[in-house]
Amino acid sequence: MGGFNLICPAPPAGEERILLAHGGGGRLMHQLLERVFLPAFSNPLLERRHDGAVVELSGLRLAFTTDSYVVRPLFFPGGNIGDLAVNGTVNDLAMCGARPLYLSAGFILEEGLALETLRAVAAAMRGAAERAGVLLVTGDTKVVDQGHGDGVFINTAGIGVVEAPEEIGPRRVRAGDAVLVSGELGAHGIAVLSVREGLEFEAPIVSDTAPVWEAVRALLEADVEVHCLRDLTRGGLASALNEIAQAAGLGIRIEEAAIPVAEPVKGACEILGLDPLYVANEGRFAAFLPAGQADRALEALRAAPVSAQAVRIGTVVEEGPGSVVLVSRIGGRRVVDMLSGEQLPRIC
Amino acid sequence: MKYVDEYRDPEAAARLADALRRAVRRPWVIMEICGGQTHSILKSGLEGLLPPEITLVHGPGCPVCVTPIELIDAAVAIARRSEVTLCSFGDMLRVPGSEASLLEAKARGADVRVVYSPLDAVKLARARPDRQVVFFAVGFETTAPANAVALRQAAAEGLENFSLLVAHVLVPPAIEAILGSPDCRVQGFLAPGHVCTVMGYQEYERLAARYRVPIVVTGFEPVDILEGLLMAVRQLEAGRAEVENQYRRSVRREGNRAAQAVVQEVFEPADRRWRGIGQIPLSGLRLREPYRRFDALERFAASATAREESSECIAGLVLQGLKKPPECPAFASRCTPESPLGAPMVSSEGACAAYFHYGRGEERGWAGST
Repeated sequence: MGGFNLICPAPPAGEERILLAHGGGGRLMHQLLERVFLPAFSNPLLERRHDGAVVELSGLRLAFTTDSYVVRPLFFPGGNIGDLAVNGTVNDLAMCGARPLYLSAGFILEEGLALETLRAVAAAMRGAAERAGVLLVTGDTKVVDQGHGDGVFINTAGIGVVEAPEEIGPRRVRAGDAVLVSGELGAHGIAVLSVREGLEFEAPIVSDTAPVWEAVRALLEADVEVHCLRDLTRGGLASALNEIAQAAGLGIRIEEAAIPVAEPVKGACEILGLDPLYVANEGRFAAFLPAGQADRALEALRAAPVSAQAVRIGTVVEEGPGSVVLVSRIGGRRVVDMLSGEQLPRIC
Repeated sequence: MKYVDEYRDPEAAARLADALRRAVRRPWVIMEICGGQTHSILKSGLEGLLPPEITLVHGPGCPVCVTPIELIDAAVAIARRSEVTLCSFGDMLRVPGSEASLLEAKARGADVRVVYSPLDAVKLARARPDRQVVFFAVGFETTAPANAVALRQAAAEGLENFSLLVAHVLVPPAIEAILGSPDCRVQGFLAPGHVCTVMGYQEYERLAARYRVPIVVTGFEPVDILEGLLMAVRQLEAGRAEVENQYRRSVRREGNRAAQAVVQEVFEPADRRWRGIGQIPLSGLRLREPYRRFDALERFAASATAREESSECIAGLVLQGLKKPPECPAFASRCTPESPLGAPMVSSEGACAAYFHYGRGEERGWAGST
């Protein structure tokens, strides 16, 4: 069954409005893609629906992607909007199996922004670009009236050269593939939330924002036959696995006890009523590869600092096509759904 | 994580499930009152571990779900006023009113904010004397003490720009309404551990005796729930009907006296309509006279007269344990979290949301899952 339901009395055109949840990486965002953007822009490259597009130009395979950054607050433990704007885009390229090369940066600044803030953001971008081995080669600046932006919005686009020998994407995922994650989940989302909401934890939770190309390169250099990679940003692990299950037409079974979440993040999620499976990460990805190569892949990943805590969390199966099932700690089973709306903290 | 991991321990769960299988002889219907317990059951796949004789039905313990539609409408109307900042727990935002939800009102410009504590709303009122700050006080006995403390503090500071939109409800009158119904099929209850942490469980002893029904005060983790079920089943098989306390690490018989005192000071019991269920006598709280001037309904002369519900939504039957969410013809087709007909589909404690997000395994081609 697709997301579109003919019986559903759709609200009259013009009545529907954009909600914050349309940007949340969950079901509403997918509806937006399916109902507005895909019909408008439809082409074979876009329809692969991966993190970036891979185009072939005179024998050279290039990956191309873009992303916009609207995080509030601009600064959070472990980074700021500048780190995100570089890492997010280079990671989208890495998910195509591409070595990131060049970035563009577009800044939308709010009137009244302190220049000092902008300098700090730019310095973070330079640092992140050096770490990721990319150059910021073109850019643009616009200023909007006070009250019409959150200080700084950044858009970056990136180009990289594909080093993976075969296509990396959901359609190459096979039943029997092992599902790996590159490290502990949820730190970025909780770090941002803790500043936004003024929450204090005994041990500060630091964002995981980082470029992950070195981890992907480690996989490729170890000759692992990587079928698919997906960064676990908005919507978290749960949304990423659902997207891939749907695109591959296969089921994914994961083990709750194997999913790595740091104790402070776990504690914060318990208090706030959030599920770490849905919390955003900015330096974590999932990898799909033949189960027989899982040990070799883990060894390669663990040798790279950014993925030192990589683990296997599950398996791709024929059962339950298009969906994700979790075997709970106590041995029960339940579906892991795509995020609906934003995660909202609960009452009690 | 300490105090959580041991209650999600696979060996303890297997041991309790085994004890349940040995204890049960006849079929029993047991209701967990609290929506937090419902979600824990679905999220851990706990039903798959139970012997077939035990049927779990889900109770009315989702405060967001039972908040009457007229109060949602009043909240939306108040939030739309230009001088108002309406603060709410996140859960409440997606709940459909008769015309709009608070989230939709926000998308159209209303100043609606999610807070984690009523004291955050008091802080906002202090910082913004030019704004009328309204806190949507939703919840069972669990959240009432914090809301009472917040209001007492606002009153002491003379924050006349602060007010409460009170939608508090009480558990024992709801249990009594369920037991008093001729259609009732519930034979035992898991009482809500957090409510009893505040209120104790003396009130439940009268219900257990009067209706000859076992009530086990139970926690929220899978091992808690399995142990609560085991205690309830042992009572049922032995023909006992008592109040027992599984959640001993949190609940005492007399409850938290200090919390009860502050609730007593600020609130008094009042008749309350429950969404989908109807009027239940003395099942809600309202502000006592000295605090009445902080009542947002009165301050903004908002109307809260009963409204019609979507005729297709069977939330009332679900909340009384008479139907399970998948038995609703609109479930997952005309009613989804994105376009809900009723509150249980969008609340984080709603039974319909639990089945939508964690259930539906067979429909998706997973053999043998719930």
